[in-house]
Order: sequence, then C-alpha cells, then structure tokens
Amino acid sequence: MLPRLPLAGYIDSGVEFLVEQFSGVTRAGSAIMLALLDRFEEFLLLPPPWLFILLLAALAWWVTRRPGLPVFVALGFGLLWNLGLWAPTISTLALVLSATLLSVLVGVPCGILAAMSPTARKIVMPVLDVMQTMPAFVYLIPAIPFFGIGKVSAVVATVIFSVPPAIRFTCLGIQQVPRDLVECTEAFGATRMQRLYKLELPLAMPTIVAGVNQTIMLALSMAVIAAMIGARGLGGEVWKAIQRLNIGMGFEAGLGIVIVAITLDRLFRALAQKSSGKKAHQGM
Amino acid sequence: MAKISIQNISKVFGPQPEQALELAAEGASRADILRKTRTTVALRDISLDITDSELLVIMGLSGSGKSTLLRCLNGLIMPSSGRILVDGADITTMNAKELRHVRQRCFGMVFQNFALFPHRTVLQNTAFGLEVMGVSEVQRLKKSEEMLERVGLAQWKNSFPGELSGGMKQRVGLARALALEPQVLLMDEAFSALDPLIRQEMQDELLSLQEDIQKTIVFITHDLNEAFKLGDRIVLLQDGAVVQTGTPEDILQAPANDYVARFVASADASQVLTAASVMKRSEDTAVLGLDGPRAALRKMRIHSIASLFVLDRHRRFVGILNADDAEALVSAGRSDLTEITRTDIVTVTPDTPVTELVPLMAELPYPLAVVDSRRRLQGVIVRGLLLGALVEHNDRRGAHAA
Repeated sequence: MLPRLPLAGYIDSGVEFLVEQFSGVTRAGSAIMLALLDRFEEFLLLPPPWLFILLLAALAWWVTRRPGLPVFVALGFGLLWNLGLWAPTISTLALVLSATLLSVLVGVPCGILAAMSPTARKIVMPVLDVMQTMPAFVYLIPAIPFFGIGKVSAVVATVIFSVPPAIRFTCLGIQQVPRDLVECTEAFGATRMQRLYKLELPLAMPTIVAGVNQTIMLALSMAVIAAMIGARGLGGEVWKAIQRLNIGMGFEAGLGIVIVAITLDRLFRALAQKSSGKKAHQGM
Repeated sequence: MAKISIQNISKVFGPQPEQALELAAEGASRADILRKTRTTVALRDISLDITDSELLVIMGLSGSGKSTLLRCLNGLIMPSSGRILVDGADITTMNAKELRHVRQRCFGMVFQNFALFPHRTVLQNTAFGLEVMGVSEVQRLKKSEEMLERVGLAQWKNSFPGELSGGMKQRVGLARALALEPQVLLMDEAFSALDPLIRQEMQDELLSLQEDIQKTIVFITHDLNEAFKLGDRIVLLQDGAVVQTGTPEDILQAPANDYVARFVASADASQVLTAASVMKRSEDTAVLGLDGPRAALRKMRIHSIASLFVLDRHRRFVGILNADDAEALVSAGRSDLTEITRTDIVTVTPDTPVTELVPLMAELPYPLAVVDSRRRLQGVIVRGLLLGALVEHNDRRGAHAA
C-alpha cells in the first residue's frame, strides 16, 4: 500500500515558514494599507449622505446623459440611507474600489506580460485557473497571519479572487490585435514598446475595460466572504443576519449589495463607452 | 549599382529547413520536399537586381512566393539562405536595431488590406512612420498634411479609416508610406482589394505619381493586366522560383512559361487592333508661334508629363519637345520653340496594326504620335496604354469564349 501523501502537512509547514519569514514585512505593509483604506473610507464618508447621493446621481447623468441611471442611483442609495445602512454601504464601496484598483495595477501589467511572452503565458494561465477555482475560504484563513484580521486581509483575498479577469482580458485583447496591423508597425520600424503603446493597448482597451468590469463584479461578490474576516460593510450586515437567522435584515443588506453592484457596473460601462465614444463609428 | 540586390535567396518554412534546402538545391520538386521533410519551399534560389527608380512588378499566382519575397526585402521575413543587399548593406546579417533603422529610412510599405489603424485619424495614420522615427509632432503633422494633399484626401484628415471607402483607405496607406520619403516603396497587392474601376484609377495615379517622385517601387500582383500596365520590368514567379524577368514587351514576345504563353497566344488578336483603337487624345500640345517655352513647361506641369507634341499654326504635326530642353531655352532667354523641337521622330497612322506598334514602342523613349494623312495629330499612344488595350481585348475575347 502506498502511504498517504502528507500534502496537508507540507502546506502547513510551508505556510508556517512563510509566516515566520515574511509576516513582519506583510504586517508592516498591512498597517500602511489599513491607514490608506481608512482614509479612503473617511473621505467617502465626508459629505453628508444627501450630498453624496446627489453627486453620484450627477456623475451618472454626466456619463449616461439619460435619466434612467441617475434616478436608480438616487432611489437606491436613498433607500440604503433610509434603512440605516449608509456606513456599511460606503465601507463596501471603499473596499471594492480599492480592491479593483489593486487588481488593475497588478492585473493589467501581468496580462501585457502574458501577451508578449509565451513563456509567461504558460506560467500565468494555470495559476489563474487555480486562483479562480480554489474556494475563497481556503486562502482567506492563511491571509490572517500575514495581514491580520480585518479589511486588509479582506482586500487581499478579494484581489486574489478578482484579478484573473483583468489579466485574462488584457492578454486576450492584445492577442486579438489583427496580424496585418502588427506587421504594419514592424514594417515601419517600430520597437516592441512602440507597438504596445501605439497599437496594441489602444485596440485592446475595450476588452481590457470589459475585464475590469468583471473584476468589479467579482470583488463585490466577495463582500460577504470578506466579512467573515472582519471586513464589515454590507457583507458584515448579511453575515450578522445569517448568524441571527434574521431573514429580513439579511435581505436588506443583500439588496444593498445588488444596488451597489448595478450602480458600479452601469457607471463603469458608461464611462468606458464615453471615453471611447469619439471613436464609436470606427471599424475597418 | 543596383538599389537592391537579391542574391540566391531561398526560404523554407517547416521543421527541417536544412534538409529541405539541400533537396531544393538538388532540384527536387516542391511536393517531394514537402512529403519528405514536412517543410515548404516558399522561395527557391532567387537572384534579382532592382535598379534605382524602376517600377518592378513581381507577378505570380497565389502560393508562388511573391509576398514572401517582398517581405524578405525589408526583413519582415528572413530568408533561410542567401543575401539581400540594400545600397550594399546586407539585410540578412543586421541586428534588430539596424533592421528597424533600415525599415524607417529606406522602405515604405503599402498593404493589400490597407492595414490602417482604426483608432487613429487619417492624419495620425499618415504620420505613423514619422512618429515611430521620433519626428516632432508639428513637423510630422505638417509633412503628413502635405502627403494627404498629394493623394487628394486633405479634407478627410480628421476622419477615421472606418469612414472611408476602399480607394480612399489605400490612398491613406500610400500617403503613410510616402510620408517617410522612402527610397523604396513596397506595394503588396496594394490594389487587389479594390473594385475594378477604382483599381484602374489608382493604377493611373500611381503611374503619374511615379513620374513625379521617381522612386524605386516593388509592386506585387497576381493580375497580369496590372503587371503589364504598371511594370517597367516584370518578374514572373512560379512555385517560388523566377521563371522570367523582362520588360512587358519581352514577355509578350517571348513568353517563358505556359501561363504567359497561353495569354500571349490569344494576344494574336493584336492583328485586328489598330493604332486608332488604342490611342488616347493628346493631353495638350504646344503651337509654334503661339506658345513659348514657359507656356510649354506649364502645360507639361499641369498634366504631369515630360514631353509635349508640337503643332504648327495650321495644327499640323511638327514634332516633340521635352521639358529639359524647354527649361534650357528659358534660361538661355530665348523663346522660339522651333530650335528645340525634334522633328525626326516616328509617327504612325490610325490604321497601323498593333503588332507593328509593339516592337516600335519598345525602342521609343517618348510617346508615339498618331497622325492622319494630312499630318493632323489624332492621338497619342503611351506604352502602358498599348499593353493595357491588348490585355483588355484578350479578356473580352476570353469572356466571350467562356
């Protein structure tokens, strides 16, 4: 009989080793990040709710030029304010936006790298598969010794879960640039970087934007799970409600997540469309 | 010295390049080599000199290797063996940086499917090559506007490629290549994606442009009509090897392969064609006693031609004068065109058969005048026109037969 492989043991000792070696560094980084996150959240809480809602609705009007989204934003966020969920909503918003920002900062360069180098692609793609399929709880727990209980661990776990589409879509967008255009840049003597900045990134932008949108949605879907390690926010409200079997309260907080999700999704799409709007009629 | 000298280049694609090259050198057929080595021979021992300012057409059917050959010239594809000298410098041994430099300074390229950047305006597309070279924005936009002016698209400079028709797109492609002031223009089936009328228009424009700019142009096509119309010299490729190189007349008179032979066989129809059926109206003429050299020069400039027929006051044909002589006359301060008019030139009558015209045209450095029995100018025959008419006639015959 083959003895049972002590895989769990290996992983435990591996994590333990990493914690011993690096937790000092990660804890320090965690403290800085926590400060940044708190400042960001405080900043979002600075205007009174009615002003915040007004500004958000104005932004929605500015990017869509149609009444639908502004009305939805005003009613939706008004409802959350009315339900006494204002602080958790802002907390969730801050978490999702920071996680998305980090994902873009990490994901887009990784995607570019993967598109430019077949070797990098061979390494990155399986890692992404693992990141997306490994249940989030599994890496939520080891995140704690590195980053402590709270928002930072939540952001890190959220980034791990939501970064793959940013990488994949960036890589895909660049690979989809037509072959003859690439050849043309070569024929004109462009360097690899000129090809990237003048041709590939601009043409890949709509695809990259779609990827970032996916990232936002995935980050939001992590809100409840992240609450388990103390991220609070709307996810925290849902978590509390579940523990108390309080169906109504859970539903209210869940509705809050839906409202934030729809708002971010529509806003971001409209924003992306607006930025490429002047080329709306392009195409070969 | 040749502008570009292609020396014994071969190109193979596949897993066993060395074996394939050996087999090719032994004269094995393409199919045999592919079966034995799973390697395709795209080009086989091609040697060719391209001289300065000539319009060389590389003609072949699809799969003949013509696009591969063109891409070898600027190093987009590196040949498996052989050398390519551009102004004496060997492309095949250059590193990436040197290669980029040569591409920026020597070559402009025009693509079959235009390859315009959809996210850039027409002007930004035109400026791309200069941008890559690092030319300042003000300068490159100024230069690009000039180029767009030249191809007649100045008013479209802020449009995006998606808003243009096929012909207009390729004009942008041409402007983009010319903006670099390249020494060599590479045109990869540049007009093949255009519909026939636009294509002819573009061919005419390329010819008149070439009279102005006098660049070395390597033009790829699969269309014999186009090859005959445009080429100073034609290279025929078949299965990756050169089967014939020569002027359109050479090829017409002594075809070296079946495809051309079949075509030329039907060209016997040239017996029934006469000068009247292939001539065109003369663009303009100079009249002795009325026009001075300045007027003659202006007329040539307007029509982008280098010589002008001269008539007398009764509109009878006298001879021909060329631009250089007219300029010399102007700078000498004299104004009588008689002294620079060459009268010892060949003319034909409208009923001269085309078979007699073909050898005549091959020798002639100037357009052929068609005059009637009272020596009145009826029309003019230029070389491209004659060959074009022959080809069209055959096409029509072919269509009827089919």
